[in-house]
Amino acid sequence: MSDISRHTTARGDVKSGGMPSLRALLTLLAVLLLAAVPFIAPSMQLLINLALAKGIAVLGVTVLLRAGQVSFGHALFFGISAYAGAFLMASLPGADLILVLIAGVLGAALSGLLVGLFVVRYRGIFFGMLNLAFSMIFWSILEKFYHVTGGADGIRLPRPTVLGMALERSGFEAVIFYLSIALMVGLGWFTLRWFASPVGQIFQTIKTNETRLEYLGLSPKRVLLSGYLLSAILCGVGGSLMAMTQGVVTPEYVWWVRSAEMVFIAVLGGAGSVRGAFIGALIYEIVRVYASAYAGDIWQMLLGAFLLVIILFAPKGIMGIADGLIHRGGKRRATTAEEAR
Amino acid sequence: MTATNKAGTAKPPLLETRELMIKFGGVTAANNVSMQIEAGRNLAIIGPNGAGKTTFLNICTGWIKPRSGKVFLEGEDITPLPPRKIVRRGVARAFQIPQLFTEHTALENLLISAAAREGLRNPLQNLHNIRQRDEMMHLLDLVHCTDVADRVVVELSEGQRKLIDIAVALALKPRLLLMDEPTSGVASSQKHEVMEILVGALAEAGVTSVFVEHDMGIVARHADEVAVWNAGNVQLRGTPQEILEHPDVIRDVIGEEVA
Repeated sequence: MSDISRHTTARGDVKSGGMPSLRALLTLLAVLLLAAVPFIAPSMQLLINLALAKGIAVLGVTVLLRAGQVSFGHALFFGISAYAGAFLMASLPGADLILVLIAGVLGAALSGLLVGLFVVRYRGIFFGMLNLAFSMIFWSILEKFYHVTGGADGIRLPRPTVLGMALERSGFEAVIFYLSIALMVGLGWFTLRWFASPVGQIFQTIKTNETRLEYLGLSPKRVLLSGYLLSAILCGVGGSLMAMTQGVVTPEYVWWVRSAEMVFIAVLGGAGSVRGAFIGALIYEIVRVYASAYAGDIWQMLLGAFLLVIILFAPKGIMGIADGLIHRGGKRRATTAEEAR
Repeated sequence: MTATNKAGTAKPPLLETRELMIKFGGVTAANNVSMQIEAGRNLAIIGPNGAGKTTFLNICTGWIKPRSGKVFLEGEDITPLPPRKIVRRGVARAFQIPQLFTEHTALENLLISAAAREGLRNPLQNLHNIRQRDEMMHLLDLVHCTDVADRVVVELSEGQRKLIDIAVALALKPRLLLMDEPTSGVASSQKHEVMEILVGALAEAGVTSVFVEHDMGIVARHADEVAVWNAGNVQLRGTPQEILEHPDVIRDVIGEEVA
């Protein structure tokens, strides 16, 4: 548990070390590049949209990693949000996209609060496994109560209206795509700010010293619950976007593999890194789709080997490698400037 | 002795314990401990290892609950309260092994403490920009640690960590500070210097302190009053001079420390 979370740092976002402007510029370029995908590579739009939805959910797992906790059941909130949207559309045909999103987030927040109140009493492996248990209980409910949930086939989520307008498929896909980008930027920015804020910094001390936290007059359980709620909401936003993008929700949304995939992506991108969550999700989705197309049955093995290499040689994930390159570039520029003087 | 306020009514002591009892297995760590701690003094607790000194601090701060007996803070029964609620009533704690946030800098540890004290909740405000930053820098200055403000805690020496641990507790603006061996782990050549800094900081903040100490030189120089612990209870209490010259203390405590 701590092996995965040990590379996260509480300080990274309080005072970001070196080259923040270059990092911000690269982030801006990446966002602009993503926004141009429907024009320059329309065939990639759906794939990128799924990656963005997944990335927002991974951000939720990333939040918990900052407190040194790994959840193997966060797909629960991803799924609850997706089903909440699907049930809303079933009972209120033609509901607006914003309503679907709100219903999903409310569902995720409420379930996050209920599950959170219980799991924040535990740490490490028990925390991870209890989350897994809750997600699998929900998975069983979805599978068994087929007359309500549609069983393994799931439920269709018809296209919601957008500000009262019923859009064609391509128009709706464009709206969802740009909404996903806006949410990625907005929630990513908010999470970064939250990490650097007093409440976010206090949350991250769960990883290093709960005794001192108690002796600061704070309840470690309540502190962990605040971050748990945020992580559940982020997973909920991701689940809602995924459901609207795919147009159908199935129990696979809460299946344990989905939860493990979120942890996998978080570690791949850089455990605890906000940007890493999205970069990890993009790389994961691209590798998954193309490797499964060209490498048949061995694509999971390829991904596994890739993760092994990352853990062994770049424990701070892809973002760690990128930061290293940025720093090296910055140092080289500084040296050149020094020599030029 | 019980102080009286202007109205003439008896003012309860800052901290009072009545008949505290606790056993760990066959060992009695608190054996009917009744004592009062008046405000404005530095009380040293001395005694042989295993006498129950740390247990006393743990009970007073709610970390462990006594089998029987009660703890009062200015007359309020705080025995059933968890540590965090006792802290919020003005009792802070510094530890034998400093309890700090090791991934944060010295200053950030203090800022987090200030944020906890003030209940700061704004998710968009940077920890470094909180209004209490100057106050925390002053506190770092009080404990002579300004030069390590931006150093991550794991990079600090044991003595610096001890001082930061105490500063983190002081950042809560407590009325009473309980410290467990504030100079242990500090190089013997620096112990008095550390204690000078500490006592000065306590005096400036107007904080009453209780500290467990094994170094009798420190006790003689820096305590206003000394309580001698033995077999889970207060054996003697008096001024440093009275206590350190007492034959029982010389035999049971000082003799053991020298040995």
